[in-house]
Amino acid sequence: MSVLDTDDEHWFDDDAGRLIRPYTVSDGRTEPTTRMELLSMVIATGRRPPGQLGTEHAQVLGLCGSVTTVAEVAARLRLPAVVAKILLSDLVDWGAVDTRAPDPMADCTNLTVLETILNALERRI
Amino acid sequence: MLSNDGSDGFPSALKLLIAGGFGVGKTTFVGAVSEIEPLHTEELLTTASVGTDRLTGVEGKVTTTVAMDFGRITISGKHVLYLFGTPGQERFWFMWDELSHGAMGAVVLADTRRLEDCFPAVDFFESRGIGFLVAVNEFDRACRYEPEDVRSALDLKPDTPVVLCDAREERSATGVLINLMQHLLTQQARR
Repeated sequence: MSVLDTDDEHWFDDDAGRLIRPYTVSDGRTEPTTRMELLSMVIATGRRPPGQLGTEHAQVLGLCGSVTTVAEVAARLRLPAVVAKILLSDLVDWGAVDTRAPDPMADCTNLTVLETILNALERRI
Repeated sequence: MLSNDGSDGFPSALKLLIAGGFGVGKTTFVGAVSEIEPLHTEELLTTASVGTDRLTGVEGKVTTTVAMDFGRITISGKHVLYLFGTPGQERFWFMWDELSHGAMGAVVLADTRRLEDCFPAVDFFESRGIGFLVAVNEFDRACRYEPEDVRSALDLKPDTPVVLCDAREERSATGVLINLMQHLLTQQARR
């Protein structure tokens, strides 16, 4: 993408929402190159991607300064999750972002995890 | 954002579902317990195209856009809890396995004025073996029913908890999640 303006205000309208079609952002692509889920974790690696980043890729990378999820990146940029995944997978391909799928062990059969959550919730009230 | 001292630098994201009928307070519940304002996104999910014409050679699958609101509770540097509600798909969201895939458990919010609205969610979680409880959201404290009345009206299994809550109150909604965790622990201990 060759858009140089990084000011969000030009791209969002309070009533209309995002002013360009979501798949324009992904160059018409509908499949990410790296398989990601809504709760896949992502973080910037600190490595600079080759060349100049387009606005959308730069925005995505900017949200990955500390570890976060695909779902949060999508929501904060007001993009459908699949478009966020495509942009993130580009950044993964360029070595600028690291990702990890949700841990299959951290599920409802893991007593230690359940107890950890229970204790943390009890401390909140 | 999230703290970060997992073994490989990534905490684990854990998923809970907040289900129930239209206008029952799912997003309100998520907002009450979440440490961030509830966020909104849309995901493409595939589902079998039941009840539509099937063309020869065409896979019986369709993709549908599902809107979801979600919130977050950081448990520790290693675990982060995400709560997903699905506004706008009250009747159909349960068709999408991808949404429930990996969910630890679920809260089914119920409004006693429209108790039948939560039947699909109850059926779904029972059939998939996903641990859940029913939380009766007490709107303006009207129409108060005893939990046992709700249990028999919904034909719940004896071990499925029914609790009362105010989805607007952080303490109350957090209490529901505590009850859910206790229920999931009890279920595991029995296995």
